[in-house]
Amino acid sequence: MNRMSWFNTVSLSLGFAFLYIPMVILVIFSFNESKLVTVWAGFSTKWYGELMQNEAFLNAAWVTIKVAVFSSTIATVLGTMAAYVMVRGGRFFGRTLFSGMIYAPLVMPEVITGLSLLLLFIGIGLDRGVLTIVLAHTTFSMCYVSVVVSSRLVTFDRSLEEAALDLGCSPAEAFRLVTLPIIAPAVISGWLLAFTLSLDDLVIASFTSGPAATTLPIKIFSAVRLGVSPEINALSTIMIAIVTVGVITTSLVTKHQMVRQKRDEQEAART
Amino acid sequence: MRRFALISIPYLWLLALFLVPFAIVLKISLSDVALARPPYMPQFDWATGLWAFLSELDFENFVWLTQDDLYWKAYLSSLQIAFFSTLLTLLAGYPIAYGMARAPEEWRATLMMLVILPFWTSFLIRVYAWMGILSNEGFLNQALLWLGVINEPLTILNTNTAVYIGVVYTYLPFMILPIYAALERMDDSLIEAAEDLGCSRLSAFWLVTVPLSKSGIVAGCFLVFIPTLGEFVIPSLLGGSDTLMIGKVLWEEFFSNRDWPVASAVAVVLLLLLIVPIVLFQRNQQKQQEAEQ
Amino acid sequence: MTLPVFEPWNDPEAKPLIEFQNVTKRFGDFTAIDDLTIGIYEREFFALLGPSGCGKTTLMRMLAGFETPTEGKIFLSGQDIAPVPPNKRAVNMMFQSYALFPHLSIWDNIAFGLKREGQSKAEIETRVSDMLRLTRLEKFARRKPHQISGGQRQRVALARSLAKAPKLLLLDEPLGALDKKLRQDTQFELMDIQEKTGTTFVIVTHDQEEAMTVASRVAVMDNGKIIQVATPADIYEAPNSTYVADFIGDVNLIEGTVKPTGDATYALHWREGAEPLTVKTATGFSDGQTAHLAIRPEKVTISAERPDGADNAVEGKVLDIAYLGNISTYHVELPSGVVIKAQTANTRRISRRAFTWEDTVWLSWTATAGVLLAD
Repeated sequence: MNRMSWFNTVSLSLGFAFLYIPMVILVIFSFNESKLVTVWAGFSTKWYGELMQNEAFLNAAWVTIKVAVFSSTIATVLGTMAAYVMVRGGRFFGRTLFSGMIYAPLVMPEVITGLSLLLLFIGIGLDRGVLTIVLAHTTFSMCYVSVVVSSRLVTFDRSLEEAALDLGCSPAEAFRLVTLPIIAPAVISGWLLAFTLSLDDLVIASFTSGPAATTLPIKIFSAVRLGVSPEINALSTIMIAIVTVGVITTSLVTKHQMVRQKRDEQEAART
Repeated sequence: MRRFALISIPYLWLLALFLVPFAIVLKISLSDVALARPPYMPQFDWATGLWAFLSELDFENFVWLTQDDLYWKAYLSSLQIAFFSTLLTLLAGYPIAYGMARAPEEWRATLMMLVILPFWTSFLIRVYAWMGILSNEGFLNQALLWLGVINEPLTILNTNTAVYIGVVYTYLPFMILPIYAALERMDDSLIEAAEDLGCSRLSAFWLVTVPLSKSGIVAGCFLVFIPTLGEFVIPSLLGGSDTLMIGKVLWEEFFSNRDWPVASAVAVVLLLLLIVPIVLFQRNQQKQQEAEQ
Repeated sequence: MTLPVFEPWNDPEAKPLIEFQNVTKRFGDFTAIDDLTIGIYEREFFALLGPSGCGKTTLMRMLAGFETPTEGKIFLSGQDIAPVPPNKRAVNMMFQSYALFPHLSIWDNIAFGLKREGQSKAEIETRVSDMLRLTRLEKFARRKPHQISGGQRQRVALARSLAKAPKLLLLDEPLGALDKKLRQDTQFELMDIQEKTGTTFVIVTHDQEEAMTVASRVAVMDNGKIIQVATPADIYEAPNSTYVADFIGDVNLIEGTVKPTGDATYALHWREGAEPLTVKTATGFSDGQTAHLAIRPEKVTISAERPDGADNAVEGKVLDIAYLGNISTYHVELPSGVVIKAQTANTRRISRRAFTWEDTVWLSWTATAGVLLAD
């Protein structure tokens, strides 16, 4: 075991160094005094201040958050419905087509999804703006939600729903009172995934947004194309910080729950 | 009635916003470019009827794709970049996944979180992070010059090398997670049994560990290969003007040249290229699911 | 004092609570229930017994309303229940997995069905505490299902399904998840609760001991058909087929041809050259008909010498001894190669055992000890 151990230690250290050093550098240089991102000139938070005054970025951030909230919420509803249909729907006309349409967007290159949606919006004469981005994001993220939720539904003990029916629930009540509360963690992670995907998306948003609505990734992309800038570093640092806090909190909460569950079960076995 | 609504709402949504747009792409790829808005001919018109519409369609755009070597070079180079970067990601990802699966159990959840964390972080930001590292006066060159490995800065940014680095970096979690899942499921006593039966550590690894993690390797490779093939952000930020990737070509064809029919034809061909790996991937997933049951 | 006998199935006046009339259920090409007709009476504890895949669970799910018959009708109190959805039936079910709602406390689990009925708060309070007392769960009312043990979960499931006071309670392998010791205690508890509440119980099980212990009548099923419906004693002592005889308990089956020798007495010719066996039975058999003699090991006596006056006696060699503590089963090989099992109670310490391997012994039984079954 010892001989493998140093190999494992080295590969893990190198691997995580590779994953994290670029982000660490990005964060450090967001506090750089100099405009030159690669030369350290002393600590400063001035780029954060400038970022806060940059109307264009703030507007874009606001649009992005609006789009993400709307699209992920609609996507969660539609994706949960789709998952339920896939797992519990039985046979219906066009089921194969339906499951194909659920899985295809997951592997579809973003450029194609974006292009095809743009052509549709132009075809039906819909002006490009927040609405079109929301429609586009809902469409591809509902597929992710439905994959997350259906993987939970597959392992869901069906007799729980049958028990609810047996005790007098209508099918809709059984879903609301029993199924939904139990699959809620999966639905919430589906929503979080859809929200993050929407926040992140550059390509599809570029195709489907109009001059009136620019999202943050579009803004970042056009700024970054011209080269590295400390303001973008500051913005990235804020985003990385939010994600890090979010992920660490969730994993701590999950861990805590698991520990408590285990302890409860051990105690229950003893009584 | 309720069941009908439950099925039809997501169904109609996907039909309208996934399948119909796709049909439009197909149609426009068979149309002529026109200096109008929208810039293509013919447009479907119920008055002239289906036949008139069909008779005007042609494969000119697809013929064009084969004649201008820009396109097939872009396809080939996309395939090449996707293939080699998948290979590199596998080489980088396997040892990490292996190390995680062999790590003490109480660390695994934390290590797992550390792999997932970048995945939740903006893709664009992760690619951007490398721009500052790989540029001529970037940190990599500074470090190498300081160490005395090189005498003058290397040009890495805006080359294919930078694209490879970017792909490996951004898609590494997609490779690690399925391999880790496969390795973690593996029973440790299998290695002990192999050694008991006369294998050396290395041959036990080749004969037992690798075959048993095959499904994870295959899944990871497809998860990297498929999106890389249509990648746009990485080649446009890290690649140079001579980096040809089909996603970038499509983007430029559409936004810069405003040649919608050719852009649509490029999209159709890209999708045809993707069908084979997608079907193979699907089959691998299915096999895995059956094995689990 | 004579206890009133509970035997509604022998009373031509009694109307069954549940009636299956020529019910068939097919899943695609597979026939799960094959033209089945049966009546179950009020206050009965009825067991459906059979190997997995015999259709017993399908039968129960049709009663609960989760499956509909392909053909035939099911009546509950004289009413066809086919159009009634599961949530409108006066039938409740206790699930094999218990199906306790993990997000609700024990109290809320039990109250779940009552709340759906729209009962008042006070009524629900009373009913739930009654149920908690009945199942001795008062202490655990506020806990979640994962915070109690397997045996307690089983009782919660029972309390929840009884809370609505259904006409009929269905129990799907209710004790399958419990270990053996707990299962035996729980069996008696179940019988107790059934008697107290007066509810009709239909239990599905593959465990013949469990069915025999709890049930007033047992239906033995195979391949979607009911082979025999009878009281546990009749099922054991008077099986109507080799299938039932073999499925319930341990049995020796001896094949032969029948020859009538007098008043309800037959000779079974079972081996060339061997002495025919004498069997007394009320069932009529014709000359030369092939049949099986089914005889329980505990009805076969083992002795060193040929016993005088025995109706049937055969000689053999002890091949194997299975020592089970309270009893021992001897596997005795006859010269023809047939192995017959004989059981004796171990009234003495094992060191004083009379027979051992390779000993020559005599096996004997009376003419009425076994049952003659036509093929």
